[in-house]
Amino acid sequence: MNDAHAHVTLHHGPPQSFIRKYVFSLDHKVIGKQYYGLGLLAVFIGMILSWIMRLHLGWTNLAIPGLDLLSKNGAPGGILTPEYYLELMTMHGTIMVFFVLTVAPFAAFGNFFLPIQVGAEDMPFPHFNMMSFWVTFVAFCVLISSFFVGDGPPLAGWTSYAPLSAVGAVAGPGQGTGQVLWACSIGLFCIGQLLGSLNFIPTTLDLRAKGMTFTRMPFTVWAWFITSCMGLTAFAVLMPACILLIMDHLAGTSFFIASNLVVSDQLQPHSGGSTLLWQHLFWFFGHPEVYIAIVPAMGIVSHILVTSMRRAMISFNAIVGSMIALAFLSYMVYGHHMFVSGMNPVSSLVFSFPTLIITIPSTILVLIWLGSIYQSRLRITTPSLFCLGFISMFITGGVSGFFLAQPPVDIMLHATYFVVGHFHFVMAVAAIFGIFAGTYFWFPKMFGRMMSERLGKIHFWLTFVGVYCIFMPFHYLGIAGNVRRYQAFVDDYTLHLIPVHQFITVAALFTGGVQLIFLYNLIHSRFWGEPAPDNPWEGTSLEWTIPSPPPFDNFGGRHPIVYHDPFQYGVRTASGADYIMQDSPEQAALESSPTS
Amino acid sequence: MAKLLAITIIVIAVLSAIPIVAHIWEPPADVARHGPAIDRQTDETMWEAGLCFLAGQIVLAIFIWKYAGRGRDRKIGYFPGGGRGLVIAAFLIVGTEVLALGAVGTKSWGNIYFTPIGPEAMPVQVQAGQFAFYFRYPGPDGKFGPIHPQLISEANENFFGLDTQNDAASRDDIVTAEMAIPVDREIHLLMHSKDLGHSFYVPALRIQQDFVPGLDLSIHFTADKIGRYEIVCTQLCGLGHYNMKAYLEVMSEQDFNDWLKKEAALQ
Repeated sequence: MNDAHAHVTLHHGPPQSFIRKYVFSLDHKVIGKQYYGLGLLAVFIGMILSWIMRLHLGWTNLAIPGLDLLSKNGAPGGILTPEYYLELMTMHGTIMVFFVLTVAPFAAFGNFFLPIQVGAEDMPFPHFNMMSFWVTFVAFCVLISSFFVGDGPPLAGWTSYAPLSAVGAVAGPGQGTGQVLWACSIGLFCIGQLLGSLNFIPTTLDLRAKGMTFTRMPFTVWAWFITSCMGLTAFAVLMPACILLIMDHLAGTSFFIASNLVVSDQLQPHSGGSTLLWQHLFWFFGHPEVYIAIVPAMGIVSHILVTSMRRAMISFNAIVGSMIALAFLSYMVYGHHMFVSGMNPVSSLVFSFPTLIITIPSTILVLIWLGSIYQSRLRITTPSLFCLGFISMFITGGVSGFFLAQPPVDIMLHATYFVVGHFHFVMAVAAIFGIFAGTYFWFPKMFGRMMSERLGKIHFWLTFVGVYCIFMPFHYLGIAGNVRRYQAFVDDYTLHLIPVHQFITVAALFTGGVQLIFLYNLIHSRFWGEPAPDNPWEGTSLEWTIPSPPPFDNFGGRHPIVYHDPFQYGVRTASGADYIMQDSPEQAALESSPTS
Repeated sequence: MAKLLAITIIVIAVLSAIPIVAHIWEPPADVARHGPAIDRQTDETMWEAGLCFLAGQIVLAIFIWKYAGRGRDRKIGYFPGGGRGLVIAAFLIVGTEVLALGAVGTKSWGNIYFTPIGPEAMPVQVQAGQFAFYFRYPGPDGKFGPIHPQLISEANENFFGLDTQNDAASRDDIVTAEMAIPVDREIHLLMHSKDLGHSFYVPALRIQQDFVPGLDLSIHFTADKIGRYEIVCTQLCGLGHYNMKAYLEVMSEQDFNDWLKKEAALQ
């Protein structure tokens, strides 16, 4: 029992006005919903951009009706120009990585459920929390505003490699104002996430309820805690990098621009900068970012699987230890993005081995999930289906990492569609399956209504098959040497791959369309769904001990005391239930032998 | 529904493996002396990754098939060896295999980057710029003239910024838009970017190396099959990136000498 962690009394009262209740709210639950809404808006924008890109890649001269309304110069007659394709691609990647994959599993669910799951009434710094969301929202608006500036959005990709991203408009469309807006947006985003991390860490360390020891924290709490530690260090590097990039544009500095560059026949007035410096700074953030996206999803999947399997994981330590190991190793592997960058080839080998070692904690996680399903009582619900889908995606995306971790193999696959397939499986789709699982699982608690299981299952089936149809062929394209970030395929050796692109485009349109079922289910259930009981999934963690939706102060003035870990399933209680809530003093015998 | 999911996972796994096993989509055939080692390493990785992929998906499917929907009348069991056994298995099986694979792979990496350039290697310089490659041969004096960035001009077709009036070494330099090399002769490729980040990717040569503005790099290789191969840029460099390409002609020694003479006459 951690008596030292006495319950912290709420230090802000319930809001009275509409503005303070729904807009500039200090309540972590409202902020969590705001983050979720932002993620939802962003994912649909990002998806529509990907539809346009895919249509163009399948049929390069296809006129897409109405596209010229988005940009007359970028899509005259509805046909994408080469630069506008790259601009949409850059916006797709940036929106998805930052405003979906970081926002939804970490900031949205973490904000809503972290304080509740540790038994707190709110985060320790609610004003910082509110600022965190609004700074992130402004960052999103700044990014979107680049669609409407003179030379359009940036086209340097979500990685914004210098000096393309640094020399300015002389490098072509989008590289002037659009690129500066990108750097401002990402810099602001970093500030927002730093403020969020500053709240998550003390919430976990200092606001735990009496009895909530570290070994009694749900996997989700561990995941959000680990992620916030990563966020604190990773975003703290990217933010100054963005400031330096802005200075190269606006202040005439040369952090990322070397001497004697001649762009568009103009000798650039810069000297002494390092092109590779940007790559080092970016990937020092960029690789941990992969785990900032996926570790919360791992926590969500582990948490939901335990509830669905009606048993504890066969090793708590292995799950938590592996998540910590992934976070730690993520800082030591970033150079694998730079094997052929011109970095010293010895460094490539040095970065290769931690990258290969990182397969060990990843494998441990998969084996523990699989070993825990063994002889469990797995309930097939929409959340558990998405968790099983997550495991399948994570295996698929994980094994393609074997190739990219080895410099000699990466020579052929670097910058090809193989990489696109790899990271979409392991980082994007797997994380999104985690978000879907979390949404179906926690929606009843967040909104007090159930989502339709029937629609949820249809959504799962079509998405699961659709995602494989989209992203598995990317690997084949990469093996054939098909380079990514091309708006059309004009190389002789890639012409025969165009039908594969057309197949992917059809699959992407179909799978994207399927997400409208999810959107309908979400909106319909929010207003007309079945009223949710307090504990619809028969879970044990603290969020299921309070009403759905939770009251303003979470526990209604009650100070929960935690008696168990959240894995008390497969037991026989006096009431006949097969689980014991974390705050119940009841002791019951396990139906089978304990775990390690 | 659980059984359907199990079947779906297995069907997806098998269908995903078929194009790989059947070699439906392959890179251009290798023409580099260091290429077979890279291809071998890729094949071995494919076997290992493929087995892990299939094993993982099949075990997942079997467990879903067998254990989903079990009622309270069925006892919850524990995987033989428990969590500790699985952690040890991860270290021993996957960790050891992957690390061994990586260790073996260092040799093929070393073949490209850690072997000395032979004294007979032929120097060729490649310059990348938005959105074209240009190549330079040193001419009879065997020396490249210096690059003067302020003289670089697409409009004047002075792609390398050469000052032929003042630099004697520049006068016999041969600048071309295509790259030609003699077969079975080691090439020392000097890489220079005039503007932004680009890359030199020749799938048939099993070579991909970025250009770093401000940092001149070099690689060396030997092509062992006569033919015409594509050079493409893989580093996003602007709106014309997709169309930044050139051709590599691997010729017999005699054909190469004839070609070089012809190009020299055009300077």
